[in-house]
Amino acid sequence: MDSLLTRYRNVSILAGVLFLQVIGLGVQVRRKNDMESSRLIRVWVVSAVTPLEKGFIWAQTSTGNLWRNYLYLRGVRDENRALRQQIEQLRLEQVRLSDDAHQARRLQALLGFKEQFISKTVAAQVIGSSGSVQSRTIYIDKGERDGLAVDLPVITAEGIVGKVLRVYNSTSQVLLINDQTSGAGAILESSRLQGILRGSPTGQVLLEKVMADEQVHPGDKVLTSGGDQVFPKGLPVGTVMSVEKGRESFLDIRIKPAANLSKIEEVLIITEKQEREPSLAEEGAARAVDILADRLPSVPQPAPGTVVGAKPAAPGATPASGAAASPTPASPVSGQPKPPVHKTPEAAPQGEPAKPPAPPQTGASGQDQ
Amino acid sequence: MPITYTSSEQIEVYRFSIPVTIAVPLLAVFLQAFLPQRVHFIDLPLLVTIFFAVARRSQIAGLLTGSVIGMLQDALANFPIGVYGIAKTVVGYGASSLGVKLDVENAGSRFLVTLFFYIVHEVVYFSVARGLVRLELAWSWPHELGAALANAVLAVPLFMLLDRFKQRA
Repeated sequence: MDSLLTRYRNVSILAGVLFLQVIGLGVQVRRKNDMESSRLIRVWVVSAVTPLEKGFIWAQTSTGNLWRNYLYLRGVRDENRALRQQIEQLRLEQVRLSDDAHQARRLQALLGFKEQFISKTVAAQVIGSSGSVQSRTIYIDKGERDGLAVDLPVITAEGIVGKVLRVYNSTSQVLLINDQTSGAGAILESSRLQGILRGSPTGQVLLEKVMADEQVHPGDKVLTSGGDQVFPKGLPVGTVMSVEKGRESFLDIRIKPAANLSKIEEVLIITEKQEREPSLAEEGAARAVDILADRLPSVPQPAPGTVVGAKPAAPGATPASGAAASPTPASPVSGQPKPPVHKTPEAAPQGEPAKPPAPPQTGASGQDQ
Repeated sequence: MPITYTSSEQIEVYRFSIPVTIAVPLLAVFLQAFLPQRVHFIDLPLLVTIFFAVARRSQIAGLLTGSVIGMLQDALANFPIGVYGIAKTVVGYGASSLGVKLDVENAGSRFLVTLFFYIVHEVVYFSVARGLVRLELAWSWPHELGAALANAVLAVPLFMLLDRFKQRA
């Protein structure tokens, strides 16, 4: 027996190591949440790797800033001139939007809707990724000591990015929306159709659970629906890239994310949302048009090129005002600590065509096999 | 053909200092995290696993090195720890077994060995990920072969660089 073991010692050790790893995998898969079972190993590895990553990013940023801010100033005058012109245009736009804002707040107050305001955000820098083809996660340089917690939404100025998956002392792991284990509630801006946003094994973002008899067209804008209890309602997700008939009478809708998920450098983590009724006194930065569009019961306007479900408004629906029907995308967060941002009503507006897929419990937290 | 059979007397066994043994795998995992997403098919931890396994020519050292590097990689991902661990354990064992029998010190043989073990790694990885963890993965032969070629090409200069850390046992 001894000689047999000695003879096959290496193979025995190989089998033993593999067996232990399979058992370890089984334990993690069996538990719904692997946060506890493998946390220690993850903390060690993250603690070993992230200081290097932070140092590297710091050096890279410092060198880049030195180059951009002090050495490479070509074209700055022209850019300055163009920006001044843009400011003038934006001022005109602001006048129009402030009127809309005032009107929207008045109507909101009349309707008694509660809003979710993003009252606190934390800016963070991306310091690395998982380095794996199948695992679409990134690491950021903020963690528990900065007030971050699991399941907080992560966004950029362009749109949503993902949510916090794991939190360590000074770093966090963010699950991107194109990871196959992620999920979020989403709504098509023009038709108000709701679906579930998921990542695919190949890293694409898909909108699922939209019935095949609905009309969705490339170019339609997709926003967060707020139904997942993670992302506030109305944040930009992306635009529809393609629509195909899928299985089980649902559409296969591919989304082009608003945020460039493969080139994220900085993100905002929404650490605090406040729910309150809007007051007339507030004259925050615009988005009034969006508030109207989101809050008021509206009949989708059939415009050429944009496809609306061609469904009649539900009984009781009130035709929207011109501003309300305007499908201006919600502008998310400005990066300031207290931007007046998005809102989620307690109840869906009356008459909103209800497309019912159950709001996902953002798969990711449940995905931790 | 660059791969040649050698007698066990001709095979040189190398060892590495402790700082190199610890720092190189960590550096590989660290650099992997910095690769742009579109080139994540480059698997630096796998290349390091193959290099150490072939150079040490010890099956136990090879499988343990692969196991540790794989689990390091798993810890940074969002799926259970062990998926990369199992795949790299098998590769570490296989590469060191091959290193015992064949001379895999020249560029041509290193290219072929990496090409072969990349495919082995992916097959084991996909089997474990789909069979045990129920991950949905899309297998594509053209993609896998292309990735294997890219890794094999990268392995040649990388192994030459890592040769500098070898010490004769």
